[in-house]
Amino acid sequence: MPDAPPKRKITLTVNGREYTAEAEDRYSLADFLRHALGLTGTHLGCEHGVCGACTVLVDGEAVRGCLMLAVQAEGCQVTTVEGLANADGSLSPLQQAFMDHHGLQCGFCTPGILTTLTAYLRDRPNADEAELREALSGNICRCTGYDTIVRAALAAAGAMREGGQP
Amino acid sequence: MSSTAFVGQRVKRLEDPDLLTGKGRFLDDLKLPGLLEAAFVRSPFAHATFTRIDAEEARALPGVHAVLTAKDLPSEMQGRRILLQVPHPQITYAVTQEPLATSEVCFVGEAVAVVIADGRHIAEDAAERVVVDWEPLPAAAHCEAALKPGAPATHADRADNIAGRLALGFGDVDAVFRNAAHVVEERYEPHRGTGHPMECRGVVAVHDMAGDAFRIWTSTQTPHNTQRAVIDMFGLAEDRVRVITPDVGGGFGPKNQVYPEELVIPAAARLLGRPVKWAEDRREHFLTTTQERDQIWDVAAAIDADGRLLGVKGTLIHDAGAYLPWGIIMPYISATTLPGPYKLPAYRMAVTVAFTNLVPTTPLRGAGRPQAVFAMERLMDAIAKATGLDPAEVRRRNFIQASEMPYDMGLTYRDGAPVMYDTGDYPEAQAQALAKAGYDDFPARQKAALAEGRHIGIGIGNYVEGTGLGPFEGATVRILTNGRVAIYTGAAAAGQAHRTTLAQICADELKVDISDIDVVGGDTGLMPRGAGTYASRITVNAGSSVRTASAELRGKALALAAAKFDVKPEDLELSHRAVRIKGEQGDSITFAELARMTSGMPGYALPKGVKPDLEASGYFTPPQATYSNGSHVAEVEVDPETGRVTILKYTVVHDCGTVINPMLVDGQVQGGVAHGIGNALLERMVFDADANPLTTTFADYLMPTAEIVPACDIVHMESPTPLNPLGAKGAGEGGTIPAPAAIVAAVENALSPFGLRITDCPVTPQRIVELIRAAEEMSEEDTP
Amino acid sequence: MEGADGAPQGRQAGYAGGVKPAPFTYHRPETLAEAAEMAASLENARLLSGGQSLMPMMNLRYVAVDHLIDLNPVAELAGITIDGGRVSIGAMTRQRAVLEDETLARCCPVMREALGFVGHVQTRNRGTVGGSLAHLDPAAELPGLAALLDAGITLRSRDGDRTVAMADFPRGYMTPDIREGEVLTSLAFNAWPDGHGWDFREFARRHGDFAMAGAASLILLDRDGRIARAAVVLIGIDDGPVRLSDVERMLTGETPSDDLFRAAAALAADRPMAADALVTETYRRHLAGVLARRSLAVACARAANGGGHA
Ligand code: FES
Ligand code: FES
Repeated sequence: MPDAPPKRKITLTVNGREYTAEAEDRYSLADFLRHALGLTGTHLGCEHGVCGACTVLVDGEAVRGCLMLAVQAEGCQVTTVEGLANADGSLSPLQQAFMDHHGLQCGFCTPGILTTLTAYLRDRPNADEAELREALSGNICRCTGYDTIVRAALAAAGAMREGGQP
Repeated sequence: MSSTAFVGQRVKRLEDPDLLTGKGRFLDDLKLPGLLEAAFVRSPFAHATFTRIDAEEARALPGVHAVLTAKDLPSEMQGRRILLQVPHPQITYAVTQEPLATSEVCFVGEAVAVVIADGRHIAEDAAERVVVDWEPLPAAAHCEAALKPGAPATHADRADNIAGRLALGFGDVDAVFRNAAHVVEERYEPHRGTGHPMECRGVVAVHDMAGDAFRIWTSTQTPHNTQRAVIDMFGLAEDRVRVITPDVGGGFGPKNQVYPEELVIPAAARLLGRPVKWAEDRREHFLTTTQERDQIWDVAAAIDADGRLLGVKGTLIHDAGAYLPWGIIMPYISATTLPGPYKLPAYRMAVTVAFTNLVPTTPLRGAGRPQAVFAMERLMDAIAKATGLDPAEVRRRNFIQASEMPYDMGLTYRDGAPVMYDTGDYPEAQAQALAKAGYDDFPARQKAALAEGRHIGIGIGNYVEGTGLGPFEGATVRILTNGRVAIYTGAAAAGQAHRTTLAQICADELKVDISDIDVVGGDTGLMPRGAGTYASRITVNAGSSVRTASAELRGKALALAAAKFDVKPEDLELSHRAVRIKGEQGDSITFAELARMTSGMPGYALPKGVKPDLEASGYFTPPQATYSNGSHVAEVEVDPETGRVTILKYTVVHDCGTVINPMLVDGQVQGGVAHGIGNALLERMVFDADANPLTTTFADYLMPTAEIVPACDIVHMESPTPLNPLGAKGAGEGGTIPAPAAIVAAVENALSPFGLRITDCPVTPQRIVELIRAAEEMSEEDTP
Repeated sequence: MEGADGAPQGRQAGYAGGVKPAPFTYHRPETLAEAAEMAASLENARLLSGGQSLMPMMNLRYVAVDHLIDLNPVAELAGITIDGGRVSIGAMTRQRAVLEDETLARCCPVMREALGFVGHVQTRNRGTVGGSLAHLDPAAELPGLAALLDAGITLRSRDGDRTVAMADFPRGYMTPDIREGEVLTSLAFNAWPDGHGWDFREFARRHGDFAMAGAASLILLDRDGRIARAAVVLIGIDDGPVRLSDVERMLTGETPSDDLFRAAAALAADRPMAADALVTETYRRHLAGVLARRSLAVACARAANGGGHA
């Protein structure tokens, strides 16, 4: 083992804002966001790549934040749950649908589910229930039993189709 | 505004905006200057003694501040164990965990040392370098084997593995069995699972040298118990220890006890003079956070010629795991839950609680009830088979009728009061569930499906659940000088939306909007007394306290305003955060003004009749449990070739008395059913013969996912209870309790062409294929 | 993701568990040559592709390395080329790209069907073809496909390229034939003729989990409806994917029928099957037979349909 764990400076854009911070090479992107940048909305539920709580968007695509190193996000555009609301701070259609349909209880899995669905619905605004359930199969929620999440996603898809915004 | 503008409505949650935008504050989100992080060194053996712990290399690692073993802990902790949560005279060996093991470890994951370092990564680097001289001992890996003579002892200094024995019952059991038309007898084995809130446990502690005071944040359902344990361990006065719950990412039972880390981390903070954090990781959660459900029921039912129950007798072995943090409450609950909604003339259950070298067991969503309901409902299905009656009909013939309420079951519940069902209409609940599930035409559907080669089946699960237990959960309601209303309660929320529920209750009393109310819970510094969020008790207890406190506060506000305007309180009304004289253009005084009035001015006496408290407190103490009930019907399809089970339809009729917020109750039910589906089909903690856990990641221990859990069809019945001012009963666990029974019954029903019985759960595809094979072999043997 | 925790190793073992990787130095080559140079020269190094298997193992400290060489910046390693009937897929092509490639789905529809079983949306966005091949989980879909399609796997080292037939690639449990200093660069195979039938199926308890067993088949029928060519693979039953040449021989020249599928399935299942703490050998054998039979039936039906619908 090296004497001191190697570290380096990482520059990336998170939620439209550029950040530079130091991190050990071994830091996961999720740890970096949470502890180096203080963006604690991204959660860690297993750190072995199964629960999906850590999901963030990297260059627009949903990835597991516990399975990607922070150094790998150098120069990337990252979106976390903190960056999903509308520019004026109001809830995005998806966030609003989660509130309207009781899509969350403890809220711990929610950031990963919102990011996953944000990318998914952007690409497939006409997704049906079965497709949504498959898309959600990489996110574990212990509280809700998923149904309200699916309802919220379907409602958000509807709202997004009408409103035309992501 | 009607008197229930909020109670009973599908009110959106006050909690959501923060949680949806990443502004939640969970344990691992807390930032404190100088914060150090901990990693524990844990036993790789299910049972071992150890002598030396060599931490030299670990201590030498840059960034490591300390490696503490048991002997390095403060003197107050030496020789001490964690406070037993619920003592009981039938416990034979009341052993709880040491903060750090001193010489013997009794399950894989038990902590022997802790590393405190600059960060978690380094702490783990160091923990890897701690070398322990282990002396492995034989381990008790299964509760039944553990009771056999000569079995390895879970605790080396004990002669056997008996943790406690209980005997419960009533009636002349022997006589009814002698006179029975039929006796059915089976063995049921529900298996061990875990709670797995998506947020694991965690503790942050700060110690203030001046005054020897602790501030502790912990991801718990029961901050007051943590406070009690810390006070007990360190011998401090109550005001020296403040325990605060941040946002909690789910609890489900396992966060409802005090763990070693909640004592060790404060000790480390005191020793080092720095704030210290430990955030449990998922693997530690698998190894150390309490589990539940391993039980073995050998039960027999005596019935008359018409399928009516005459009596049930049997034995129950309950797996305690290695320690008894919660005493023997769970098997007690199991044994008293068994009769369920049925009239039972005679009952005898002998319970043995066995120690094993496995993670300790404590109440987990359902707390001993899913197993009892599994046993009773499977027994009902066995009776149906024995008598040739339809399973629904057997149940119908045995229900306690609504007209018989309150119904004395003849047992004493865990709270010491008789098991006295308060309200509920059990036959009606089942009738509604069957109607909604299309039970009557199911045989036709089943036949049609079978003609296409599809095996579908239907199953019923009925239950009665004691909820809303004492001792109490208090609330203080206060009108603030900014005109807002604050509710303080001891209860800590973990996703149940207490803020919303309690605000709804208060808002109706004070005629304010729920957005005018701030609810603060789970902070011992703000509410010195509290019990915890368990046993589906918060709406009943804290809710009732909020109701009475709000009503009292309303009276105070009216009296104050009456004095000011010199009118009678009856001439006043509350509206929009003000008290006004009834009628057009009556004078009014805002809540803010009232609050300022009661605050007085420096040096001036308060106006006559004004007391300096625009607040009221309530400590509702329920006289006994209030009994929720429900009926679940599951419809499944089974692929007999692979053993795959797909849930096609799931119907829930649920009666939790007065519903404060149907949206939230639906959410509790749907989420509870999902957990029950896990228990029925997926979730099992598997250990090998040496008691090593084999399922320690989410890839091996299977949680239900969105493709597994169907949308439940939920019907609410409301049988308000007279036992509290709200008429409410608990709703948090009913979704889980009967689900394994209903689903397994449905699987068995789908496989009825094969003529097999399923008596354990979860029932895996492999198990289904094995059972089919065994049944086929049996029938081959039968054919000459 | 890996399976259960290994049993503890001996008496002196301290035990930490953990979810944060042990320290390492991260390297970021931008060309294949650079990557190969690093792979050859760095001690105790691992190549990082999608990270969807390696990172969990590192987080759990099952794997500790001194150097991690990230292939993600090596642009030349990503991409799908289809030239006539020859398909070549770069090692760093994301699983999602394979799933969504329309041309590939037309000429090799079994690919899309199989990729639908691989993990979840989030893992497919990162996970790569080469990573999956190199990790060589016995139940993984991509090695199974490579075996099914008689693919060749190309490896680059300082000394040049080497191509290994998939049949020879697995050297044991999760041990591919990749030598020190080699970088897996691509997977290439000849697409089957138009009109072939295909099927990929597996049995996992939840969508996206590693399968307890899986079966894949390709079938080409002759003008008389007899099986002219067959390829059948089982996954999840042994150290690597198992190509069933005995079954293929049995099928060739036969007319598809339920009896034929049943006999083929019996033969398919008649071989050693892995057992583990959670799945018995008997059940796995049973599953393998059921999946093989169903897979053949669907592949033959699709072939009879002129290749069905992709
Ligand atoms: S924390 Fe990343 S998948 Fe669970
Ligand atoms: S809302 Fe609690 S885990 Fe999903």
